[in-house]
Amino acid sequence: MVGLHNSDIKNPTLRWIDQRLPLISLMQNEYAKFPAPRNFNYWWNFGALAMVNLMIMIVTGIVLAMHYTPHTAFAFDSVERIMRDVNYGWLIRYIHANGASMFFIVVYIHMFRGLYYGSYKAPRELLWILGVVILLLMMATAFMGYVLPWGQMSFWGATVITNLFSAIPIVGDAIVTWLWGGFSIDNPTLNRFFSLHYLLPFVIVGVVFLHVVALHITGSNNPLGIEPKGPQDTVPFHPYYTVKDTFGMCVYLMVFAFLVFFAPNYLGHPDNYIPANPLVTPAHIVPEWYFLPFYAILRAVPSKLGGVLLMFASIFVLFLLPWLDTSKVRSARFRPVYKWFFWLLVVWCVILGYCGAKPPEGIYVVLSRLGTIYYFAHFLIILPVLGKLERPLPLPESIAQAVLGGGGRMPAGAVAKPMEKA
Amino acid sequence: MAETSHASAHQTGHAPHAEGTRRDFLYLMTGAMGAVGTAAVAWPFIHQMNPSKDVLALSTTEVDLSPIQQGQAITVMWRGKPVFIRRRTEPEVQQANAVNLGDLPDPQADSARAQRPEWLVVVGVCTHLGCVPLGTKATDPKGEFGGWFCPCHGSHYDSSGRIRKGPAPKNLEVPTYTFLTDTRIRIG
Repeated sequence: MVGLHNSDIKNPTLRWIDQRLPLISLMQNEYAKFPAPRNFNYWWNFGALAMVNLMIMIVTGIVLAMHYTPHTAFAFDSVERIMRDVNYGWLIRYIHANGASMFFIVVYIHMFRGLYYGSYKAPRELLWILGVVILLLMMATAFMGYVLPWGQMSFWGATVITNLFSAIPIVGDAIVTWLWGGFSIDNPTLNRFFSLHYLLPFVIVGVVFLHVVALHITGSNNPLGIEPKGPQDTVPFHPYYTVKDTFGMCVYLMVFAFLVFFAPNYLGHPDNYIPANPLVTPAHIVPEWYFLPFYAILRAVPSKLGGVLLMFASIFVLFLLPWLDTSKVRSARFRPVYKWFFWLLVVWCVILGYCGAKPPEGIYVVLSRLGTIYYFAHFLIILPVLGKLERPLPLPESIAQAVLGGGGRMPAGAVAKPMEKA
Repeated sequence: MAETSHASAHQTGHAPHAEGTRRDFLYLMTGAMGAVGTAAVAWPFIHQMNPSKDVLALSTTEVDLSPIQQGQAITVMWRGKPVFIRRRTEPEVQQANAVNLGDLPDPQADSARAQRPEWLVVVGVCTHLGCVPLGTKATDPKGEFGGWFCPCHGSHYDSSGRIRKGPAPKNLEVPTYTFLTDTRIRIG
């Protein structure tokens, strides 16, 4: 396909550009005219919100890097200088710190939405897998970012997490030394973490791009989990979903602003305002809240290697999810039994998170173990078996029929006209 | 729902013009709100690159003048730049006052450049492209006019720090300074 792009833009200058570099056509086709199922609910806002959140993190992060010094002798003080001396530094740092939490809130909701409505099922397996890759990259980025302020939690969190790799037989210690660039967490470690913390978000941008490309090939899933059959089942992305996403974004920004302005340290740990001290471990080390369920799984197992393996497995099992769930029906609306297991999974994830924040003793160990067992049983036993046993509810004929109540055969124009005036 | 709200607008007469008047208003208000919000968010991100409070806190510097002999000059740091302080001799001051202002590229009387004739305080940054001119140390070349000489592109400054020859457009800048005592000044 060589030759000028067949552009339908009227403006001669824009047309000249579009014929040679059809960016405007691309945006129009993929974001304006792009046909999206007409029945999205507000859970479908969270992909766009994650995109907005990523942009906020990159912009605030680039600004913070202008004032931060990645050296063990200066890192903590340079962060305090950002808080006290840099113009609006307190605001930008609090946006960045709470932005990490908001990012995980948004992405976890986005993922649970995918679990509830079966968005990972064929033909969207790769879309889901790319999403899990983004989650892994986010976790690595968030972890290294938390090390940069060089407080007590930074230092000891980094020590504990990097020591996970020492559980690997034979080469474990060599790998940890390699990660550290020395024999303990020190300046070389801080320097490389800063470099990678700056790099990985752009890798995330790349994978997000692939995620979106894959999405635009298969099209979006929807709350009914059935594919659109024609124009009567879809609406153009703009203005219908741009407006819906913008409304959702306003609500999201209100929550975000509340955290930043009224509870900026609520999700953080006070110990990280104590400069790193390699000689004293804080009495109670906990990771950031978004790692707590995984941390609980790590501690549930009374074996170093076993705990580490299970923790990594808890994410890697998500890669297999499209093939573990044997049910052909996507949406939990039509899966009366799966619906209960889904909520059970949500509850157990919350309990695991709670246990991860508590000391590893007594009831918390018991609950962590039960939660770990349920988590893996859900994906490895319940989903494969349930798909065979469960009798799903009858699926609607089409999206339009379900939405309009029997109006599925109505021509698209008759429905769209009054909407355009509204 | 769309038709009912449309019809009621006609009945109550709130939209006498073509449909969309009310909508245009909402569009405009939403857009304006969005623009104001964006500007409000943009400002902290622009302002963070301006000098921070710790930088501003270091923006004055105090200098003890007592060790400087007549004919001697010293260099002090102020806001990360060199400042030349020269204790001029009587002939140097006379020379600076004797110049016909019409001959100067950037005409300025010496009395406007030195609060006390004996002391000349100028920022030691060439007004051409920012090099530091020579002439402060006793062994430095002082240029053709007995002041400073910038080796980068050959600008000559006189004993009042005024540009006399070469590509520089302006005289060496005189910073804000105050005599705290007879032998102590505060620059900035």
